[in-house]
Amino acid sequence: MIIEEIQGLLCEKFGEKISPFEADAVHDSCILVDPASVDVICRYLYDDERLAFDMLMCLSGLDLSPEDENLSVVYHLFSDVHLHKVPIKAVVSKENPHLPTVENIWKTANWHEREAYDLFGIVFEGHSDLRRILLPDDWEGYPLRKNYKEPDIYRGMKVPY
Amino acid sequence: MATEESKFIEVQPFSDEMVLSMGPQHPSTHGVLKLELRLDGEIVREAIPHIGYLHRCFEKHAENLSYPQIIPFTDRMDYISAMNQNWGFCLAVEKMMAADEKFSGVPERAEYLRVLVGELNRIASHLLSFGTYGMDIGAFTPFLYAFRDREEILLLFEEICGARLTYNYIRIGGVSRDMPPNWLDHVKNFIDYFEPKVDEYNTLLTENKIFIARTVKVAVLDEDMAINYGITGPNLRGAGKKWDLRKDEPYSIYDRFDFDVPIGHDIPRIGAVLGDCWNRYKVRMDEMKESVRIIRQILNQKIPEGPIMAQYKAVRPPAGEIFDRSEAPRGELGFYIVSDGSVKPVRLKAKSPCFTALSALQELSKGLMVADIIAIIGSIDIVMGEIDR
Repeated sequence: MIIEEIQGLLCEKFGEKISPFEADAVHDSCILVDPASVDVICRYLYDDERLAFDMLMCLSGLDLSPEDENLSVVYHLFSDVHLHKVPIKAVVSKENPHLPTVENIWKTANWHEREAYDLFGIVFEGHSDLRRILLPDDWEGYPLRKNYKEPDIYRGMKVPY
Repeated sequence: MATEESKFIEVQPFSDEMVLSMGPQHPSTHGVLKLELRLDGEIVREAIPHIGYLHRCFEKHAENLSYPQIIPFTDRMDYISAMNQNWGFCLAVEKMMAADEKFSGVPERAEYLRVLVGELNRIASHLLSFGTYGMDIGAFTPFLYAFRDREEILLLFEEICGARLTYNYIRIGGVSRDMPPNWLDHVKNFIDYFEPKVDEYNTLLTENKIFIARTVKVAVLDEDMAINYGITGPNLRGAGKKWDLRKDEPYSIYDRFDFDVPIGHDIPRIGAVLGDCWNRYKVRMDEMKESVRIIRQILNQKIPEGPIMAQYKAVRPPAGEIFDRSEAPRGELGFYIVSDGSVKPVRLKAKSPCFTALSALQELSKGLMVADIIAIIGSIDIVMGEIDR
């Protein structure tokens, strides 16, 4: 199934929650969805027999520039049954970066969401164990945000070398 | 009265539980991995992995470097199979560059060289995995054999690119240098020498009674669970799923070669069941033979003469985003790249196959013995450099 058809199915089911499709002529196109209903949409993508996205290949946070007021979360899905792929994108504000977890659909999301929380500060509501994963627990700030400034001192050690 | 009271002692049902920290410095955690084990005697109630000891924020570095400068960083992700890491990254960038009309595409000769070094590195990686797995569960000898043969591959790599571990050989649009004279003869000598060795190792370790006792029926990872966890590569194939990107989504020139995709099997003779540690290990042993087959086919075909590098002005992929994956020895290595048309990526995310494999450890290890933890970590074959990035 190609991305336009998947978009069509999602629009039929969820209507306004799916943004109009904008094809990227050069590279991958994304389906933009409403962040508050990511879990419901993903559940549909997983359960529906025509879609059957049983694999979450990658989950990444995304910050485009320091001026941008938004962060995004990109879900790269793959169906092992139908061998099709789709990227799903949800945009949240930097002020209040909350969206529901998809951990109970794909277990891959457990650690990947922790990573996005760790490096971008995106909070996944309902996640069973949302802690920092790569950085130390007492680290301050979210390094992959474009306006991140590293601390001068961490536990008595000079950080910039 | 006091004696009456002392009859009633408050007993916690799990008072025998003990918390044991395994690692970060532990020889069988394959790097710096810390496991927090909640034990009831010898039985593992829970094993919580703590990672990040090797974190150097590769993704943040990448945002401040031009695309060719990122390649050496990919070497240091999975340093056991650095060629495949270079290749995975270059494939993703080349896919983006394909829209650039000044980019001429990867030349044939470079594609052959890439497959050659990629498969040699896959053998080297599986050899290390085989050797250290044996050592982890008490068989020291296979380790020496594995390192002896891996050394030959490292010497071949040293000849072609000058480095033994972090190669920076596969570049965007081709490879960094052509092979030296007689290099193919050296590869052929190695392949002739190595091919019968795999069977020797099977008698040495695979069929070893103690090894079988330690790995058979331990930590069964079935196909559905593997897919739900996003586990790929030999770990997924060990669960019986025939899925290999080289075969099912061929990239580069893999569609020109004839090879099988080894998968796990139930083997009643030794009691192995689909998806146990033994099957995950066995898939790697079989894959080495398939890599030898691919290399032999390249040696028998004539590698075309010509350039080894594509023609292009600068690596400035057109704006947009891409997710591309390739089959590294440990599973599917994905790169998510967002470009704004400049020389540096806006965002680069590496999806590590070991990261997802390790995330399943918590569920796999429940109710097993402490000694089985070692068997699981060895069988999922992780490299911490890639997990922590």
